[in-house]
Amino acid sequence: MTEKIVLVNEDGIRTDGRKLSELRPIKLEVGILSNADGSAYIEQGKNKILAAVYGPREVHPRHMALPDRALLRCRYHMAPFSVEERKSPAPSRREVELSKVIREAFEPAIFLEKFPRTSIDLFIEVLQADGGTRCAGVTVASLALADAGIPMRDLIVACAAGKAGGHLVLDLNDIEDKEGEADIPVAYMPSFNAVSLLQMDGLLTIEEFQQAINLALEGCKQIYALQKEALKAKYQAIKESAEVTEEE
Amino acid sequence: MPFLYENRQIVTPGDLLAEGDYLAGFNTYKHDSKIYASRLGLVEYKGRKIDVVALNTFYIPQAGDLVIGKIVESNLHGWTVDINSPYPAILRTSEALNRPFRPQRDELSEFLDVNDLIFAKVISFDRTRDPNLTIREPDLGKIKYGQIVKVSPAKIPRIIGRKGSMIGMLKKETRCNITVGQNGLVLVSGRTREDERIAITAIKKIEEEAHTTGLTDRITEMVRKERGEVTQ
Repeated sequence: MTEKIVLVNEDGIRTDGRKLSELRPIKLEVGILSNADGSAYIEQGKNKILAAVYGPREVHPRHMALPDRALLRCRYHMAPFSVEERKSPAPSRREVELSKVIREAFEPAIFLEKFPRTSIDLFIEVLQADGGTRCAGVTVASLALADAGIPMRDLIVACAAGKAGGHLVLDLNDIEDKEGEADIPVAYMPSFNAVSLLQMDGLLTIEEFQQAINLALEGCKQIYALQKEALKAKYQAIKESAEVTEEE
Repeated sequence: MPFLYENRQIVTPGDLLAEGDYLAGFNTYKHDSKIYASRLGLVEYKGRKIDVVALNTFYIPQAGDLVIGKIVESNLHGWTVDINSPYPAILRTSEALNRPFRPQRDELSEFLDVNDLIFAKVISFDRTRDPNLTIREPDLGKIKYGQIVKVSPAKIPRIIGRKGSMIGMLKKETRCNITVGQNGLVLVSGRTREDERIAITAIKKIEEEAHTTGLTDRITEMVRKERGEVTQ
């Protein structure tokens, strides 16, 4: 790279026109796949991600079943067309790792011990990627789980914060992630003030790290409100239209 | 402390419903004397007890439940039955026949074969073992005619209605025989296909609008309208 990209200009505006602590526009939709037990879709900036949940159901292969709790399986996958250069559809090292950390983020939230010898299968399909897909994936997957009627302690919501162009920024996009100094994805259960996923790459001082985490948690709380709204929207619309015709 | 939501308001998992000396009812849980919702549903405060009526669930068997199931496999001792649940059910020959079973002479498929539908009762289930079924009771056994509708098990209480008001009305208005399985499968059998079609449309509508008020009246009206169009 010969020319240095300006990630944050002198007015504190980022490459996509956002302020430092501003989220990308988010659109959430619940229950969009009829064949899955639960499903949801998210658009966060240019990210487009679909999540589907099956289960609890019988475990195949049988020997993987756990006698004391449900088996949670998670697949994070990026479609070959989700990035600029075609991505091989085979799971890459990165996808295998993300599947694991996302699964571990959900394990404390779901009442797995209520359904021994069954499996809950979670699929996160990235259709278009623009940085921060693991966070958007967690956010949308928790909606799919709630839609499937799987009992949970809390919805999980995830958001990243980091440092780009010398400033602490919220919800990094692809360029900020690649060219920036650091990125911290955080998954969070707001009702318990508990963090269930925390990763970091890049370099930050201790103070910057703490500020970035607080920034990410603030972002999480904003997205949490959107999540609740999206879940209610699916039923509220039917309720209103049905009760309006009632009054007529 | 006052309640944090109105009765029948939609709540999502993790919503704090009340704090203090309350009992966690259905689809809720208690953590540090706080009651939280664990499923998406409508909250109901009943004195000290707090319930969430779920909007979508899956079927977890319970002893005594009447269910509709499909035979998926027959083996030496009986049949494996799919009851629309995470756990496959077992129907043993002793619970299906009124006389001793003789493995050398009797052929299991003569009584029930793969893909047959049965109306059965759950006799035991404790999550460590698969549920056991019986059909040795009046009205239970093989289903011979009718159509099956699949709904979310969460909506079954709504289809039955308070003290059977909804199902009673449906049976009367559509002139169909309606058998409800607790596992979300409903058997509809009427004299004509048209009667069955109306009953099924009504059941689908109940499922979709289960969380709204004044549903029984709306369904009655719908069924009467549909029937009116048929006779004209």
